[in-house]
Amino acid sequence: MPVQVKRLLIAFAVFIALFLVARHFLRPATFGEYGHYRGAALKENEDRPIKYVNMNETCITCHDSIAAVRDSSVHKSINCQTCHGPGYKHVDDPQKTNIVKEHAREFCGRCHSKNPARAKVIKQIDMNEHNKEDECISCHNSHNPVLW
Amino acid sequence: MVKENKDFSRREFFKKTGVIAGGVLFASLLSPLKAAQSTEKSKSDDTWYGIGLDIEKCIGCASCARACKAENDVPKEPFFFRSWVEQYTITNSGEVKVQSPNGGIDGYKQPVPESEIFKTFFVPKMCNHCSKSPCTQVCPVGATFVSPDGVVLVDPNYCVGCRYCVQACPYGCRYIKPDLGTVDKCTLCYHRLKKGMDPACMMVCPTGARLYGNLRDPKSEMVKFIKNHTVGALKPNLNTGSKLYYNALSQEVH
Repeated sequence: MPVQVKRLLIAFAVFIALFLVARHFLRPATFGEYGHYRGAALKENEDRPIKYVNMNETCITCHDSIAAVRDSSVHKSINCQTCHGPGYKHVDDPQKTNIVKEHAREFCGRCHSKNPARAKVIKQIDMNEHNKEDECISCHNSHNPVLW
Repeated sequence: MVKENKDFSRREFFKKTGVIAGGVLFASLLSPLKAAQSTEKSKSDDTWYGIGLDIEKCIGCASCARACKAENDVPKEPFFFRSWVEQYTITNSGEVKVQSPNGGIDGYKQPVPESEIFKTFFVPKMCNHCSKSPCTQVCPVGATFVSPDGVVLVDPNYCVGCRYCVQACPYGCRYIKPDLGTVDKCTLCYHRLKKGMDPACMMVCPTGARLYGNLRDPKSEMVKFIKNHTVGALKPNLNTGSKLYYNALSQEVH
């Protein structure tokens, strides 16, 4: 074998050895467990905190009378937290201050302001004309949105 | 007469070729080198999540966008979304107008008078959780990947914030988290899925316009949704293998 090829082979061997050593120390422990990523990242994604709680296990155990009203109305398919926001703080420490209680007309308007793109089964009103001085909840019960 | 080359006979040539081919094959079997080129597909009986969004049912309340921001600590200021809603308006003259003020959270003001509207509808948008996702392919460090159950996830501890994936995503579903400088995107609420709960956007949807399920289970609601509706995916020409199926998807939506 010519001497220059021999030297080249030695240089390659050194490079490859250095690469393998560096790789051994720099590669995270779980890298490649499932694919070209850190296997532990799956668990880390899984362990993030939950903020929107299970309604049946939490909200309804205390607010059963309101749940009953809602269940008999057209709003029955709507989760409590759609309007009241994430419930995790309120479940840990039930206070009036750590749950959303909206009164604004715009809030109801999210679903009920007139928009031709909305399905006709959703009752819609012209926000600029329909009793514009009043809050919606002064006439409608939001849990069963017929007139009080 | 052709002079025979003693240094390089045919036999010698085949022998050397065999050794090189065998060596390459052997090297490719070495386990420490395997991870880098792992293309292992998960087993066919595993869960493989898909998502269904029903444009006919969406009323554009953007409860999903709000809930997503609250659940996943998405920055409240505009332009950072994992999930948002767009209103498409097609005028009688064929002009297409798209609006999504603050992802739909601020409500919609219709600039087109009703007499000129040909049709109008809401399109909820989110990560397509593609099975051949362009975003995971361009990541130089392996910080974003398709999980064994088909959810495209990010490893924020490994992301270097190079933004390749933000540009690679044809659906605009990724953003750089301003506080961390790493990329963030919809995880299909992986932390909830794994505990048997629905993703936050689907839990709060008042009309049931959103659903997800196992595409490999023929009895799942998801498969039934695809069977019972005329579904379409966004930008199918890009061959992203999108697993987000829209009912009543118009040609104009992009």
